Amino acid sequence: MFYREAGQFKSTYPADMAIFPLREDRIGIAVIILAAYSLAFLGNAFLLQAVMIPFLVFSLAAIGLNILTGYAGLLSLGTGAFMGVGAYACYKLMTAFPDVNVIVWIFVSGFFSAAIGALFGLPSLRIKGFYLAVATLAAQFFLQWCFIRIPWLVNYNVSGALDAPLRTLFGIPVLGATATPQTRYLVVLTIVILLTWVASNLVHGRIGRAWIAIRDMDLAAELMGIRPLQTKLLAFAVSSYYCGVAGALLVFLWYGGAEYDVFNINQSFFILFMVIIGGLGSLIGSFFGAALIFILPIVLGIVLPAMLSPFGLSVGADVIEHLRFMIVGALIIFFLIVEPHGLARLWQIGKQKLLVWPFPY
Amino acid sequence: MDILYKVFIEPFVFMGEAPDLLLQTLWEGLVSGVLYALIALGFVLIFKASGVFNFAQGIMVVFSALILVGLYEKGVPAFLALILAIGAMLLLAVAVERVVLRPLVNQPDIILFMATFGLTYFLIGLGELIFGGNPKEMITGPLFLPQGTTELEMFGGLVRFQHLDIAAAVIASIMIGLLAVFFSKTRIGRALRAVADSHKAALSVGISLNQIWVIVWFAAGIVALVAGIMWGARSGVSFSLQIIALKALPVLILGGFTSIPGAIIGGLIIGVGEKLGEFYWGPLVGGGIETWLAYVIALLFLLYRPQGLFGEKIIERI
Repeated sequence: MFYREAGQFKSTYPADMAIFPLREDRIGIAVIILAAYSLAFLGNAFLLQAVMIPFLVFSLAAIGLNILTGYAGLLSLGTGAFMGVGAYACYKLMTAFPDVNVIVWIFVSGFFSAAIGALFGLPSLRIKGFYLAVATLAAQFFLQWCFIRIPWLVNYNVSGALDAPLRTLFGIPVLGATATPQTRYLVVLTIVILLTWVASNLVHGRIGRAWIAIRDMDLAAELMGIRPLQTKLLAFAVSSYYCGVAGALLVFLWYGGAEYDVFNINQSFFILFMVIIGGLGSLIGSFFGAALIFILPIVLGIVLPAMLSPFGLSVGADVIEHLRFMIVGALIIFFLIVEPHGLARLWQIGKQKLLVWPFPY
Repeated sequence: MDILYKVFIEPFVFMGEAPDLLLQTLWEGLVSGVLYALIALGFVLIFKASGVFNFAQGIMVVFSALILVGLYEKGVPAFLALILAIGAMLLLAVAVERVVLRPLVNQPDIILFMATFGLTYFLIGLGELIFGGNPKEMITGPLFLPQGTTELEMFGGLVRFQHLDIAAAVIASIMIGLLAVFFSKTRIGRALRAVADSHKAALSVGISLNQIWVIVWFAAGIVALVAGIMWGARSGVSFSLQIIALKALPVLILGGFTSIPGAIIGGLIIGVGEKLGEFYWGPLVGGGIETWLAYVIALLFLLYRPQGLFGEKIIERI
């Protein structure tokens, strides 16, 4: 009823191949972006700082991993470390060249991460699947060790931690203790939207088709003239670029400062959860996955005590924490059983149902 | 030149000068190798029979050991606790098969892998809920695990052998022997091997896949319990063991995902390589290389022999 293809005629090939061919979709995305921006002025500091900023940062990292795992079919468990490379590179650049705008450095730091990612992507030319996952674990542990052992990375400061120095954009502080959650949210949101737009163009274009071809059948792809070496390394580089930028955002715009421990193996797993629950090979799925995996525990932390208290069960914070683990675990299994293709597939089904409503097909 | 000397000459000179230290390091490496091998064995069992890359093996080690210690602390006699822990692993195997594997049959590998992640989270939550998050002491005395050390004088120095380590090596060997006999001589073992070769062919000759899955998960659970007891006796039972279990992954790479002897030899190579690397080359770069050396060894190895030492040659080369 509200969602109809009827009457929308396409007269050019580009219009037919557009990412949002339906007018309703275009309006919808505009409304979502507008809502996201207006949230900066409507939402309170807690919502922005504790929910929206991390959600966006994790979405960006999930998009990065989704490019690698979902589109190019290369399983990686080194996401956390690649995020770390971005964060440390950003810190070094920021402190070495304080006069250059910090936003520039956030984007540039991704390139360092991309280079490291491509380096550790080299084994992907010979191995795949879980073997590759173990190879990327080498990256994870080796890079994490580097973060601890190379004091040069943190400018020899005693605490060994990264901290966000005061940096401004148009005279407004975006980094450091004085930056408000509102400004930081707007910066993160803009970067995420920009990079998502780039990613969307990448995966729908020639490069994305090459990745998908390699994922679906590498031999056939090679016969068609796609070079596995370049394609796979490019996937690693682009994926690590996204993760690197996400890592820089995570440390400087969300935490405001962090230690090497933020980029541990659990972070890698966390992002992988998001990608798989959200839907492999789907950009919107990355957002859904990040929302579910990150926001669900927060919601559970609030809802669970309220649910248990009417039964006279006053439980401690630790029990809530354990229950949260159990519920998240059970829900992961539940979602996989109900829809192995992730939340993105549910979204697709929902859209299809809306299109044909009120008829079943 | 100096750095080359430090990397390629000095460690070996040092090894030659102090053979007792070398022997001690080798022994330490072998013992941790046995423990890695035990965890890798659990992975291999499940991977062979169901093609599931079981990430939850690490937490199964912790969980089974926690049940044993937890029951003992509640006043249950040690051996009864052991039997109950084995029973709990059987229960877990049945539950996993019913709730996780059966609805997800025929899904892509990565989905099943992901499901074992979910299982890991669930077991972490459950374990902490029941037993609390604090590290526990593994019971050794009531299970007749020997304590103490023997110091042998050789090569002009003292070499220490912990009795517990010797016991661990012996028990692991017995375990592996039993598994080998089970796989080659019994009816169920033959069925397991048939399933490993081809699910469809096994089904068509009347082997129940569901039953086989319960059996392999149970077997992996028992292996996990043994690994949990041994490792717990060395360093206490805590949830951090679960991350150490990730060390089993390079072992698998080295030995091949489907080979039981591979898991053992891979475990020993990784264990020894790691300890030697840490002791002789670690100080050059500031130490702590134990955390990643195993993975780098596996990574280098992969480039030359992608199917592992004993693995079946099914890896596609591109």
